[in-house]
Amino acid sequence: MIFQFIRRAVMQGVPLLYGSTGEIITEKSGHLNLGIPGIMYMGAIGGVIGGFFFEQSGANFDLWYIRVLAVLIALFCSLLASCLMGLLYCFLTVSLRANQNVTGLALTTFGVGAGNFFGGSLIKISHADVPTVTLTKTSSCFSAHLKFVDKLAASADAGKCPKILADICSVLFSYSFLAYFSIVIALVAAHVLMKTRTGLTLRAVGENPATADAAGINVNRYKYIATCLGSMIAGLGGLYYIMDYASGVWSSDGFGDRGWLSVALVIFSLWRPNLAIIGSFLFGGLYIVHNYIPDLSMQAQELFKMSPYVMTLLVLIFVSIKEKKEALPPAHLGQNYFREER
Amino acid sequence: MSEQTSVETGSGSGVKADGRVPAIELRNITKTFGEVIANQDISLNVYRGEILSVLGENGSGKTTLMNMISGIYYPDSGEILIDGEEVLIRSPKDAFRYKIGMIHQHFKLIDVFTATENIVLGLNDGRYDLPAYEVRVKEICDRYGFVLDPKKKVYDMSVSEKQTVEIIKVLFRGADILILDEPTAVLTPQETDRLFNVLRRMREDGKAIIIITHKLHEVLSLSDRVSVLCKGRYIGTVITAETNEQKLTEMMVGEKVDLNIHRSDPPKDSVPRLVVNNLVCKNEDGIEVLKNISFTAMSGEILGIAGIAGSGQRELLESIAGLEKLESGEITYNNPATGAAEDLRNKSPRQIRELGVRLSFVPEDRLGMGLVGNMDIIDNMMLRSYRGGRGLFLNRTDPASLAEKIINDLGVVTPGAKTPVRRLSGGNVQKVLVGREIASAPTVLMVAYPVRGLDINSSFTIYNLLNEQKEKGVSVIFVGEDLDVLIELCDRILVLSSGQISGIVDPRVQPEGITLKEQIGLLMTKKVSGTEETPAGSEESSSAEGKEAAND
Amino acid sequence: MTDEKKHKHVREPLIHLAKRDNLPRSKALLIRTIAIALGILITCVFGFLIIGWSPSRIVHAMLDGTFGTENRRWDLFEKTAILLCISLAVTPAFRMRFWNIGAEGQTLIACLTSAACMIKLGDKLPNPVLLLVMLVLSITAGMIWALIPAIFKAFWNTNETLFTLMMNYVATQITSYFIYIWSVPKGSGHIGIINPTTHSGWLVSIGDYPYLLNILVTIVMTITSYIYLNHCKHGYEISVVGESEKTARYIGINVKAVILRTMCISGAICGLAGFLIVSGADHTVITGSVGGLGFTAIMVSWLAKFNPLAMSFFAFMIAFLGKGAKEITTLSGLDSSFADIVTGFVIFCIIGCEFFINYKIKMRRKEAKHE
Repeated sequence: MIFQFIRRAVMQGVPLLYGSTGEIITEKSGHLNLGIPGIMYMGAIGGVIGGFFFEQSGANFDLWYIRVLAVLIALFCSLLASCLMGLLYCFLTVSLRANQNVTGLALTTFGVGAGNFFGGSLIKISHADVPTVTLTKTSSCFSAHLKFVDKLAASADAGKCPKILADICSVLFSYSFLAYFSIVIALVAAHVLMKTRTGLTLRAVGENPATADAAGINVNRYKYIATCLGSMIAGLGGLYYIMDYASGVWSSDGFGDRGWLSVALVIFSLWRPNLAIIGSFLFGGLYIVHNYIPDLSMQAQELFKMSPYVMTLLVLIFVSIKEKKEALPPAHLGQNYFREER
Repeated sequence: MSEQTSVETGSGSGVKADGRVPAIELRNITKTFGEVIANQDISLNVYRGEILSVLGENGSGKTTLMNMISGIYYPDSGEILIDGEEVLIRSPKDAFRYKIGMIHQHFKLIDVFTATENIVLGLNDGRYDLPAYEVRVKEICDRYGFVLDPKKKVYDMSVSEKQTVEIIKVLFRGADILILDEPTAVLTPQETDRLFNVLRRMREDGKAIIIITHKLHEVLSLSDRVSVLCKGRYIGTVITAETNEQKLTEMMVGEKVDLNIHRSDPPKDSVPRLVVNNLVCKNEDGIEVLKNISFTAMSGEILGIAGIAGSGQRELLESIAGLEKLESGEITYNNPATGAAEDLRNKSPRQIRELGVRLSFVPEDRLGMGLVGNMDIIDNMMLRSYRGGRGLFLNRTDPASLAEKIINDLGVVTPGAKTPVRRLSGGNVQKVLVGREIASAPTVLMVAYPVRGLDINSSFTIYNLLNEQKEKGVSVIFVGEDLDVLIELCDRILVLSSGQISGIVDPRVQPEGITLKEQIGLLMTKKVSGTEETPAGSEESSSAEGKEAAND
Repeated sequence: MTDEKKHKHVREPLIHLAKRDNLPRSKALLIRTIAIALGILITCVFGFLIIGWSPSRIVHAMLDGTFGTENRRWDLFEKTAILLCISLAVTPAFRMRFWNIGAEGQTLIACLTSAACMIKLGDKLPNPVLLLVMLVLSITAGMIWALIPAIFKAFWNTNETLFTLMMNYVATQITSYFIYIWSVPKGSGHIGIINPTTHSGWLVSIGDYPYLLNILVTIVMTITSYIYLNHCKHGYEISVVGESEKTARYIGINVKAVILRTMCISGAICGLAGFLIVSGADHTVITGSVGGLGFTAIMVSWLAKFNPLAMSFFAFMIAFLGKGAKEITTLSGLDSSFADIVTGFVIFCIIGCEFFINYKIKMRRKEAKHE
């Protein structure tokens, strides 16, 4: 039971982890990208579109290289879609110096709308009975995981090995590659941000672009790269959700408010990707814990879903009262940089 | 470029007799900002293993000149030579390449980074190995005698530590031409001594060092040669060993310029209007910026306040205006209407107004504090008066007629009263601000640097306005930087030095032996006794000259 | 040496940006008009690519969907009114440079309060009294929701953007919680139309026009806001605080008090909007009662440069685009989210065009250096 819960919590947390890792990278460059929810939608629909047409082309999914190709195509389409969104945001806020909040919110409206629009169009094309697009084959490629976990579970059921071993293996090793990849990316991001020159420079850009500029850093280039890279990572969260968590079923607004939850997670994890890993599992757990508490009323479930936001608020308040500088948002978050304004 | 065009003033530039080439040489540099000439035809040079002081009053163009060497500005004309080669420095990056490092007055550091992280920011030299960098930082510290923990975060640092980080930052990049812009302005005397020892060690190490300052004793104790600027022009270069404070002051303040500002005698029935007693004020870092300030501003006089920038002028005016928290001391206003003595200590500007104190204040930061740049002239008129009248609504008719009156009376050049003040030129902005402050019929009028950046005609408009107010019996407090103006306009001049009063001068009385301007100039840089020990070598001459000083 | 030589011949940057602030209004207006036209053009191209409609057909469909029948016209104006009302709500805070992006939550919590009154007090109070109670409580609820982040901003400088953003979702979940409690039938997660027979707590309709009162209230609010912001002492203080806190202190404005007061007003107007949504139009509450209008309102307010009168135009434009695009989707069988895409196109164009209003692009040539 508890292992089952942890497993689901992790799977629930992975999209959030992608989203918040992407957003942390973006925010470290000083740009508050409120378009993340839209970008995650676009990442999801990008993968769905790629997968859909590849499946429609009648490729033989029994062949291993076709399966690899299916994954690659979906990945590519997903990354392309979210990168384009990131570029649009950058162009407007970095080059044209538009207000970040307004641009981000517009991007979210646009991204969610575009996601639902293309999804809805695919539903129409596929003439399905239910309002969903189902990519069973592509999804099965994405959700492939290590076989020995299943074998172990089977042998545990048959009493051949300890149940606890099978359960632990299931919690640790039963996820698809994108789930592990999210942790890898978060760890790499944490390492790059704190331990490398690139990270130092990026943080400098977000903390004080004028200082970074004076130190000979190309501020705008860093902002562009960080935002686009962040968008692509966030987009993967959408892709994971559809392809693995939702088993390849796209439905309108199915992704829900996970995008905003990712933004909350950024604050909760104090702009540190490694903390975001733990935070994402915690948030994921809170998101589904109501299913595991017996006899919980429907209304109480909703209060549980509120808890990640409340916790984030508490962290935000606590940090600002404590004035611990490292835990505060990047000093120039949300402010565009124009050299001649110093 | 050949060497043909080096017309020299003083011991300007060129190859030394022993064949050494200057590390950096400026030839006929001119830079203008719009109408204002910041630097005109300036030539100077510095050799390796030498410390050159660039001396000049505020606004003499020192910082502008140095900013051209460090790539922040680009000269309108003139040449910069490094080791005899003409170079083009268009960005700080170019300056790095020529191993020029500038330590600005305002530090460019990132608060949440450690010393080392700040030092290596923007550097690209292979592997990023923080511990190794820390070792190198430590090495530099040991070599020159800096005291700095490489792991300390900037937000935990004192001002002097931050400055150390800035200096190490340029050394780390291998800079061998160092420019320090007023490095001692923010330091205590002990910290200053420590810095000078470091600089001397760097000189021994063969670095070329330029230090911008207006403190004479520092110049004398530290530098090998001194180049003096005055009002954007190059006056000359002298060898430090062959000069003294008085000679330098003469060069720095320049010839007395007759401005023909009309000055009437203060009325016989002049009464104390504002009495300040033992005022002490600390800044955010907990450092005392005003120490035991006591003076009386009389009605019907202009009290000038002289001093090098950052000697506490701003804090003094702001604490009177109710914008600064006092540590201790008293501010008393004698109300001419009621005869009552009002205590202004730690009252907000609004409370001061409600007491019936007619205090007007023209702050230094015109568009950031005195006016709202994005609002039109009418709305800016209302800043002081909008609360007047009953009800929720604003009364724009009175401000509108006031705006029209000021535009007409002071000759403000504007497309109309509805033009945002941001779009007006500096002089017109100032006329709007001063006009508004005078319109409320003040009994005390405080003005900070009212003619900074103004052309000559606008300046005279302002002087006349101040004189008019004085003749009406207003007590005017005038913080200025141009000594000529202070001497011709004011009835008394209070000189501030590092947050203390170093003397009060009567500009109608000519001192013996030196000019009035020199006397004030010396008081401005004088150390008031009872503070800290001064570096050896400069003290005797300074206290000998400063007769008016508040000795104990 | 070679490095230096190469260096000398590098040009000054070709493109140089400079702030400008003296663009005549007519020119700024022209730039914005071009941007909107460009947005519509992109829409037409996109529409042509997707469904193969000619631009004239697309524009015609949009006009028909918005102005075609009397019902459509009423609907258009009602949508404009609610959006405008929320835009008015966020504006005072924005003028103060307080980035309140919590209008969604502030309005929703007011919707919930209104609905709660209708459910709990519907049969206990006479309708006029009930309406008054609903109005007062909704406004109070919106105010509280706005005041919480304001307090933290004023005293601890807590980032208000992130704070108000989180408050939105707390409001959503609280609403969801109560919807389950009050759902009809139990556990369905829907409240359904409240008091469908007694109509208690329903805002009375003027004549046969159910939405007229909403529209009238919003018109009054628009004018009131305009006067408040431009001709009242409070509005003036808001502008001064927004422009420069230093100036505000110089003339003795209590900055904290202004922040708190202004956010109260913001929240109160959101509360009013919530009341109008529930009592005047929906007669129920769902978690999507505000439907993202709280976010759209931020764009409206910003596009209009925080001017209430200009906001009425932008609110109308967005409502028009939404409804017009919806008409295209019904006629062509496209997914209804087409509307969001169209709105997105136009908004991106306007956001982008602000650059050309605020900045001057100077082309700099090498000769300039040698004058």
